[in-house]
Amino acid sequence: MQQAIFALLKSMLGSLRDLLPIILVIGFFQAVVLQQPIPGFMNIIIGTLFIVSGLTFFIYGLEMGLFPIGESMANAFARKGSVMWLLIFAFCLGFGTTVAEPALIAVAEEASEIAAMGGMINNNVEAMENYADGLRFSVAFAVGFAIVIGVLRILKGWSIQYMIMGGYVLVVLMTSIAPREIIGIAYDSGGVTTSTITVPLVTALGVGLASSIKGRNPMTDGFGLIAFASLTPMIFVMAYGMVI
Amino acid sequence: MELLLNIFQMIVETSIDVLPIVSIIFGFQFFVIRKPIPNLKRVITGFVYVLVGLSLFLLGLEQALFPLGRLMADQLTNPAFIYGDIAAVPNVIHWADYYWVYLFAFAIGFSTTIAEPSLIAVAIKANEVSAGAISVWGLRRAVALGVAVGITLGSFRIVTGLPIHYFIISGYVVVVIQTFFAPKMIVPLAYDSGGVTTSTVTVPLVAALGLGLAETVPGRNVLIDGFGLIAFASLFPIMSVMAYAQISEFMAKRSNKI
Repeated sequence: MQQAIFALLKSMLGSLRDLLPIILVIGFFQAVVLQQPIPGFMNIIIGTLFIVSGLTFFIYGLEMGLFPIGESMANAFARKGSVMWLLIFAFCLGFGTTVAEPALIAVAEEASEIAAMGGMINNNVEAMENYADGLRFSVAFAVGFAIVIGVLRILKGWSIQYMIMGGYVLVVLMTSIAPREIIGIAYDSGGVTTSTITVPLVTALGVGLASSIKGRNPMTDGFGLIAFASLTPMIFVMAYGMVI
Repeated sequence: MELLLNIFQMIVETSIDVLPIVSIIFGFQFFVIRKPIPNLKRVITGFVYVLVGLSLFLLGLEQALFPLGRLMADQLTNPAFIYGDIAAVPNVIHWADYYWVYLFAFAIGFSTTIAEPSLIAVAIKANEVSAGAISVWGLRRAVALGVAVGITLGSFRIVTGLPIHYFIISGYVVVVIQTFFAPKMIVPLAYDSGGVTTSTVTVPLVAALGLGLAETVPGRNVLIDGFGLIAFASLFPIMSVMAYAQISEFMAKRSNKI
């Protein structure tokens, strides 16, 4: 019991250390640069305690739940030998975790306002909602597609460099023909799609697959799934902007 | 009492966000794999920890960090702060007048990335897989430095109004060149670190900075220039992680020679 409490305290100290840079930065700018009083000081102390304990629990749970299940599923699929089911699972994981992502919903709504102001679509609620939904589904589809491609890469042992470079070339080519209003959003959409729960799961899936298939190295083949997931949304969103 | 209610509400909201993932995982586990999960009890406890942890984390961010961060982004980008007095604002702005903004962008980019939970997850995994060759803190610092540089450059772009794709495309060229020289082991991880960094902590604060800048810098359009900071924050870590691996390899070689 005493040992458990000690371990918990130790990991909370670690979380506090992770948070310390933010506290220092905000403290410095408030005290030295802006020189404004900080509103709601008590709230900030309580909030910081929440962040520290939340981070501690999250990392505990990560190693107990998320990593093991990602790896055990990767192992099970590798032993089952059904590529079809593995790819369907990969698509569902990418699509399902992205389509409901709150950050993406917010970005899609803002993007529909831009499109309406820029005269790309009619300036009414219905057209804007359609546009936002279309954008959201194209990003989710892009992430699903990305995980499928990434998993195929691990299975076949393709080298990642040329695939990512090909993706870059496509992004550059599309940038030159896509409408200007969509470019900023398209570039950003690559970053917002990968949430805090998806990342550990997808990483564990990739590493698990690469370690259970003969001839694959978990370091060079296991990583890279997230890279595809942040590249394809740019391409799909620009394509969506050109079609509409 | 209100606090407890807030915690409860946050846990419910997070659960709803997590529901699609959980149903996909358990759906496939039961209908396709059809084998019991090893250590089921432990895995479920782990999931509960993740859920509670994430809820507390988000609640704390919304209570403490985000209001303060947004307020500061607003204050720092305000022309009345930058020029000392609202009457002193010139018609043509000079990019160097925004030095506090760049410094803040750098510092907040670095510090929020250090606290990013998904980056911690990937760093733990990379450390485990590389048998300790990649240290958790080394990777996190390299990524954080990349994000810091990226966001600073992104703020500079908003202030000057230069087109975003010039920066992103030149960034791609650098990444491609680096790929040929970096140790093969690091390349996939470096590509991954671009997407990993921009998550729960960084995105809201960085978006606030971008929107604040685009709103207050004369001649910028919020809708066109407010976006794009996230793209910078996900491109530059790729370079910094490869550079980190190149430098470590170089140091190791040199110390072997002596």
